[in-house]
Amino acid sequence: MRIALFITCFNDTLYPQTGRAVVRLLERLGHTVEFPRAQTCCGQMHFNTGYRPEALSMVRRFAKVFAGYECVVTPSGSCAGMIREHHRTIAGQYGDAKLQAAVETVSPRVHELSELLVDVLGVTDVDAYFPHRVTYHPTCHSLRMLRVGDKPLRLLRAVKGIDLMELPEADGCCGFGGTFALKNPDVSTAMLADKVHCVQSTGAEVLTAGDNSCLMHISGSLNRLRTGIGSLHLAEILAATEGDAR
Amino acid sequence: MSSRETVLGRIREALTDVPDTETHDTVTVPCAYRDSHADADVTGLFMERAADYRATVTRTHDARAAVTAAFERHALTRVVVPAGFPDEWLPSAGTWQRLCDEPPLGVQELDTASGVVTTCALAIAVTGTLVLDAGAGQGRRALTLLPDYHLCLVRADQIVGDVPEALRRIDPRRPLTLVSGPSATSDIELQRVEGVHGPRTLDIVVVEPEGQDMGCAEPKCARAERPTVPLFPGGPQERPVRTRPR
Amino acid sequence: MSGTTADSLVWLGTPSFPEAARTAVADGRLRANLRGATRTIRARRSTLAAELSDWEELRTSAAAVKRNALRHLDTHLIRLEAAVTAAGGTVHWAADAAEANRIVTGLVAATGEREVVKVKSMATQEIGLNEALATAGIRAYETDLAELIVQLGDDRPSHILVPAIHKNRSEIRDLFRDSMAAWGRPAPEGLSDDPAALAEAARRHLREKFLRVKVAVSGANFAAADTGTVAVVESEGNGRMCLTLPDTLITVMGIEKVLPSFADLEVFLQLLPRSSTGERMNPYTSLWTGTTDGDGPQDFHLVLLDNGRTATLRDTVGRQALACIRCSACLNVCPVYERTGGHSYGSVYPGPIGAVLTPQLAGIEHAPSLPFASTLCGACYDACPVKIDIPEVLVHLRARAVDSKRGPVPTAEALVMKAAAATLATPHTLTAAQWVGALGGRLLSRQGVLRSLPGPLAHWSRTRDTPAPARGTFRAWWRRTHRQEGR
Repeated sequence: MRIALFITCFNDTLYPQTGRAVVRLLERLGHTVEFPRAQTCCGQMHFNTGYRPEALSMVRRFAKVFAGYECVVTPSGSCAGMIREHHRTIAGQYGDAKLQAAVETVSPRVHELSELLVDVLGVTDVDAYFPHRVTYHPTCHSLRMLRVGDKPLRLLRAVKGIDLMELPEADGCCGFGGTFALKNPDVSTAMLADKVHCVQSTGAEVLTAGDNSCLMHISGSLNRLRTGIGSLHLAEILAATEGDAR
Repeated sequence: MSSRETVLGRIREALTDVPDTETHDTVTVPCAYRDSHADADVTGLFMERAADYRATVTRTHDARAAVTAAFERHALTRVVVPAGFPDEWLPSAGTWQRLCDEPPLGVQELDTASGVVTTCALAIAVTGTLVLDAGAGQGRRALTLLPDYHLCLVRADQIVGDVPEALRRIDPRRPLTLVSGPSATSDIELQRVEGVHGPRTLDIVVVEPEGQDMGCAEPKCARAERPTVPLFPGGPQERPVRTRPR
Repeated sequence: MSGTTADSLVWLGTPSFPEAARTAVADGRLRANLRGATRTIRARRSTLAAELSDWEELRTSAAAVKRNALRHLDTHLIRLEAAVTAAGGTVHWAADAAEANRIVTGLVAATGEREVVKVKSMATQEIGLNEALATAGIRAYETDLAELIVQLGDDRPSHILVPAIHKNRSEIRDLFRDSMAAWGRPAPEGLSDDPAALAEAARRHLREKFLRVKVAVSGANFAAADTGTVAVVESEGNGRMCLTLPDTLITVMGIEKVLPSFADLEVFLQLLPRSSTGERMNPYTSLWTGTTDGDGPQDFHLVLLDNGRTATLRDTVGRQALACIRCSACLNVCPVYERTGGHSYGSVYPGPIGAVLTPQLAGIEHAPSLPFASTLCGACYDACPVKIDIPEVLVHLRARAVDSKRGPVPTAEALVMKAAAATLATPHTLTAAQWVGALGGRLLSRQGVLRSLPGPLAHWSRTRDTPAPARGTFRAWWRRTHRQEGR
């Protein structure tokens, strides 16, 4: 299958290894990945902070760049949520009929990685090997906006060698919330402390999630506290094979 | 301009997006929920659920014996008996004094009464609720409020399965009180305390007709048609605006 | 133009949410109280919602009923007025808080009484009725246990359902001991801090008032337009006392509380107790229609309150907040509320629903920080029994807040956002920025980690390490490895 990758500006800049893992994984499963180089950003930060007109050009660009693809994957629950739920809001509020039609066509074709694997490609066992203790944090937008349910966990359970630890109070928000962490630093830090406490209680070596933004938030504290717990995007665990020297 | 006109004017100004063709009585409301969550044994369910709310529930063929036992157990001396309460259900002789509400008892008399015994209009199995409508045998609302002890007799055929069934069978224009267990508060550290302002103790006696096997399931009440209540006397009849998906 | 001012919501003008939250988060005891309480109610709610296989269908119906109520609010209010009047009640209309207070004060004064007993009511808190009555020389006694605690402590409620959630038993015991006498019957000698003993002290203190006071003021949970029936849902029986024993009853109701028909209650009386206290049914629900000869108050007044509701109704996205039935389920699942408590929201409506209701009722300029007091995690939307899409309204209000500040001189944040938008506009500008960022990051980082960041990011780096921008971006890697497919 021909799959277009929307890497997201955040992953492109800070977590290129996640994008590389998605490509490696999908190619290993026999699919063709394309990366339309004109892509930039979904506009989530602007939209969620109240700067809607500023997000219009990004919505327009996204609809144009991905118009020719039947299937788009992105390794981010929150960006997938933004595209699927809110691109039509912006197009409806500020765009013309042409943009609205383009958004209606493109948005439903965008899938978060675990949705693509389980729903579109119909695989849960991606033949990965990762012999470590792992705990999974379901990010809010993947859980409550995209409703990915247990798809990421089904993918993880099928990974050979993995020792999956249950995260207590898993569905609690980590306190990132984009600009929330800057606007409400005290509340954000309090939420983060509780999440870190839960992660530590599992005894896992690695924390994983479907969103690098939340992972960056939690691991920022895990590292500052020198807990020794690493963090990896779901894609990186699913891309790992026996040949990898991890 | 009166405030009535001001407020109504503001509402109309605010609702310009509602098309003129849409009127309050043509809107259909989806109504796919269940009429009842009760099983066949509504009596058993009612008893279980009322007991859940710390009411004491007994089931009997012999109402008089049950009432007598309750009076003795709680050492009731001055008991309020509303007009219309069946005489044959009252203890024949003994140590108790009957307080009639004709002429109306003062609040002090009610406050110092040791208890009140009433019938009810209906009972709801799923929620363990008594429905009082100030009908015969129940008296006005204050009677079941001020005395510290309330004994309520429920005929088995008065028990309906669930809230919708109950509300469809009562007259909304009567003063209604739904009672589920004794009064309670959880305002202090969420610790439940019974008997805040209403009666501290609620006893319920379910009266089965003679010859009814008490272990047997009760036939469910036939679903009553929803009463159509005129807007106000002499006003136009309400048109039902609900649709049930066929 | 709606005549709303910030004065209508009594406490606005407290510090902005982030500032108030800083104090609250630092209060260890408050956080422990909140954590315990919200968790307990949360667990109960989800158990009891799961008990009904048609929970989602009930939510869908409730949302649709409320939508109809709001889209035809004028018609339903006129129907309600006719039905209440026909049943012997009197209906009053109040365009704002000041007018509602004038109406109620006038009605009480007309009875010649100087005291009223009150059922817990958010609407009367919203308009500051107790203060207005006090100014007119009338004493208002709160009779809900938690409201009594709040009143004795000259405090503010911090939760819709359990207003004294921020106080623990020993604080309450001290309060009863020290303050009850000033309000009436004193607390018994040697009062312990056992909740049952405290509840008993409140019972004795208030019973004397219930038996004596001739005028009651209540709010309303629902009012059915077809029959004129008003409903109050409660647990303690103080509601029944106030609705039954006095001669005069004055009910202050937000206009959005009207339901098209009595039959609609069959949905809400299933949803509300389960969502609110996590019970199948609350101990007492009172439903009354006008007045009844020989039973209860013979003089009934219903005050219909606008106070910013029509302004809220004007916003086609924001108006859904008016569907709220004040169950507080959203507070109990909110990770932000759980850490900050209710006072941080600076209004009688705390938590997620407060963050969307207060800015609309009071005007967004009076509460600009509230729509931002959320991570948009979405837990509130899932818990809401009437399906208010609170996250949707939050981001909508954020846009309104930002737009209200647009002008010839942009804010610092607006400049940053504009610059970011320009950077993200094309792959070329993005690539250039990535290159600069990577260079700066490398200069400032140690082993690929940034330990402190400048400016507003310093808040972030105080407790978090940040990865430096990667040496090579993803698009650079792609260019190197997939040259032929690159487009």
